[in-house]
Amino acid sequence: MAVKWLPRWFYQLASPRWCYQFTGKLVPWFAVIGIALLVVGALWGLIYAPADYQQGNSFRIIYLHVPAAILAQSFYMLMAIAGAIGLIWKMKVADMVAKSIAPLGAWLAVLALISGAIWGKPTWGSWWVWDARLTSMLVLLFLYLGVIALNSAIESESTAAQATAVLALVGVVNIPIIKYSVEWWNTLHQPATFKLTEKPAMPAEMWMPLLVMVIAFYLVFGLALMLRLRNEILQRERRTSWVRELLLGNEQG
Amino acid sequence: MAFESFSDFINMGGHGLYVWLSYGLGLVVILVSVLLPLKQGSEQRRSLRRRFQREGENR
Repeated sequence: MAVKWLPRWFYQLASPRWCYQFTGKLVPWFAVIGIALLVVGALWGLIYAPADYQQGNSFRIIYLHVPAAILAQSFYMLMAIAGAIGLIWKMKVADMVAKSIAPLGAWLAVLALISGAIWGKPTWGSWWVWDARLTSMLVLLFLYLGVIALNSAIESESTAAQATAVLALVGVVNIPIIKYSVEWWNTLHQPATFKLTEKPAMPAEMWMPLLVMVIAFYLVFGLALMLRLRNEILQRERRTSWVRELLLGNEQG
Repeated sequence: MAFESFSDFINMGGHGLYVWLSYGLGLVVILVSVLLPLKQGSEQRRSLRRRFQREGENR
């Protein structure tokens, strides 16, 4: 379906070959900046940020827990949007993006849940409580696992992409539930550190390393996503001449 | 700096086990997410390249 108002890059993005070359240029930048920020943010949060006056040093888990939780949700939205684009415009690259995200999102949800459990033990006295925030985050993990299972259960690539896109889109309902769970229901979980409309409730020397870690997570998992996507593109385009020329002509490939 | 000494840093005011367990898991997740697709990618490229070369010889 050719629609006039869509910008040119939208169609370029639809070309697996163009996408492969474009991500190839981004990969080294994401790797270098992402890893540098990760090291800086982790050292800053672990060594230089002051201990919390109530929670002591266990509060340092925030620098891992919050970025993992933010990324798990952002990646879910990206997976649902990519799935929708694949459904509407039959764009193969969008299907590949959605498929590449699911395992990363599952890992991130696991990290958010387990680091939260480890943080909960010294802070709340319990590894787990069945409250709205924790339960909706567990549902997010099950949605990711459902997408992965569905992808591997269906033989046909296009049918698998359609089925997982529908599941991902239905599951989007869970995202606002995660976000507002700490406001709608009584919970042990503390409210969000970063809000668009307000200043953070914690001092700058505490939230600045958190911001660095969030950006680092976006870059590092963006890198992981591009690596997975590039593998997926090569696999599905393996019968085309450009893949053959790429791999035979250039040993770096 | 929030710590007096290195052992203070490891101990984390009695919360060392929790902090280091989380960060250890975080490191594992990051390494798996980045290194696994790199490893799969290099194996995949190697086998595709071999196949293309075989097909080239048969022509």
